[in-house]
Amino acid sequence: MTIEADSISSAELCRAVAALKAKGCRFVTITCVAADRSGAELLYHFDRELALSHLRLTVAGDEVPSISGIYSAAFLVENEIQDHFGLRFTGLAPDYRRTLYLQGEDSVPPFRRDSGPGRGE
Amino acid sequence: MAGTVIPFGPQHPVLPEPLHLNLKIEDEIVISATPAFGYVHRGLEKLADIRDFRQMIQVVERVCGICSMIHALTYCQALEELLGVEPTPRARYLRVIWSELHRLHSHLLWLGLFADAMGFESLFMQLWKVRERIMDINEATAGNRVILSVNVIGGVRRDLDPSQTGWILAELAEVEKGINAMKRTILHDYTVQKRTRGKGVISGKQALEFGCVGPMLRASGIAQDLRLLGYAAYGELDFAPVVEQDGDCHARCRVRFAELGQSIDLIRQAIDKLPAGDISVPAKGRPAGEVVARAEQPRGECLYYIKANGGKFLDRLRIRTPTFANIPALTAMLPGIELADVPVVLLSIDPCVSCTER
Repeated sequence: MTIEADSISSAELCRAVAALKAKGCRFVTITCVAADRSGAELLYHFDRELALSHLRLTVAGDEVPSISGIYSAAFLVENEIQDHFGLRFTGLAPDYRRTLYLQGEDSVPPFRRDSGPGRGE
Repeated sequence: MAGTVIPFGPQHPVLPEPLHLNLKIEDEIVISATPAFGYVHRGLEKLADIRDFRQMIQVVERVCGICSMIHALTYCQALEELLGVEPTPRARYLRVIWSELHRLHSHLLWLGLFADAMGFESLFMQLWKVRERIMDINEATAGNRVILSVNVIGGVRRDLDPSQTGWILAELAEVEKGINAMKRTILHDYTVQKRTRGKGVISGKQALEFGCVGPMLRASGIAQDLRLLGYAAYGELDFAPVVEQDGDCHARCRVRFAELGQSIDLIRQAIDKLPAGDISVPAKGRPAGEVVARAEQPRGECLYYIKANGGKFLDRLRIRTPTFANIPALTAMLPGIELADVPVVLLSIDPCVSCTER
């Protein structure tokens, strides 16, 4: 079982999110499914009259376009993902630079598969 | 003095939990508010790496005490979907009863704290006195006052016998009497109105744009309540979302107050229709796939994302709690209000830092 999500690229993300906003969708949250050296997978969740829709973004590196310019509410979860997974959201405002929970950009992102504590540790 | 920055929290008399706001003010008027977190972050989602999916029920119950039952309910519903398990009808109704008991004690707790934030100490004490009856019901039916631990994958672990349901109904009649005795004060008292009307206003359009959930949305005229999805037994019960139009602190107070009566009514309906039968079905196997589950907590929408690969540990557990969704709106509601009103506006979102930092 997988959730139905439209797969999009980084270049298409902001346009797709803006289209959902124009339809009257409420931004729910972003889930970073996994991130490591090979890249990251993110799910963007939106609601319209109790029906959920999802966008699935797969990126090769650490950089992801921020959608905080479209939905300002996204600033909090994007900063959280920066702390947890070590990704970098370009255009994020306000950007806490990994000080939302951590001590700054030198901190080890704990949820990354390639740097945080693993299973059984 | 222009652009003075005042640190609000993390320790503050109106905050039961540590939350920090950097308030930029000019002449006692807030110009901007920047939140800061991280004082109680526990990384509970990461625990899914070392606790198997059944043990994680106990972990998610501890995301937040006030909505612990509904956290476990949402998590169990997500896993039931992945495992292809259908909880029994009796379990679905029992889940409604305990969910609404949670909503009742959460809203009574909030109303008390809100009165306390306004300096209305006697109202605070009367509200919490009524709340004790709900806590007694929780203790008598689940063995715990706050973290009920009643949910399992496939149903619930505790049942209610007829003497218990009769006693719950009698207690709820007393709770209703206590609430009604305070209705005039909570909704119409001069002090309450003076401190809450026209404060922290957010329109329905703004509430949707900021991703607000729960009473924050409904107090701004948006009739969204996830119980309308019909999970547990809500689809078989009669209710409509409580909606107010003003979008200010008083409207949020009115929504939560009206939801007290709605919860009592839902418990009565659930007890009246409580089907006979088993309270759980076996849930065998290990989950595989990904799923999103949502439920309506006292503070609003809670979302669980689970990804599993057939092992005993989940690949990913993601929890989006309602306060996390309401914080961005707070940063928009504070600019333009007087510094003295910040505690009231802040409390009007019913902030749960434990949830936010999970």
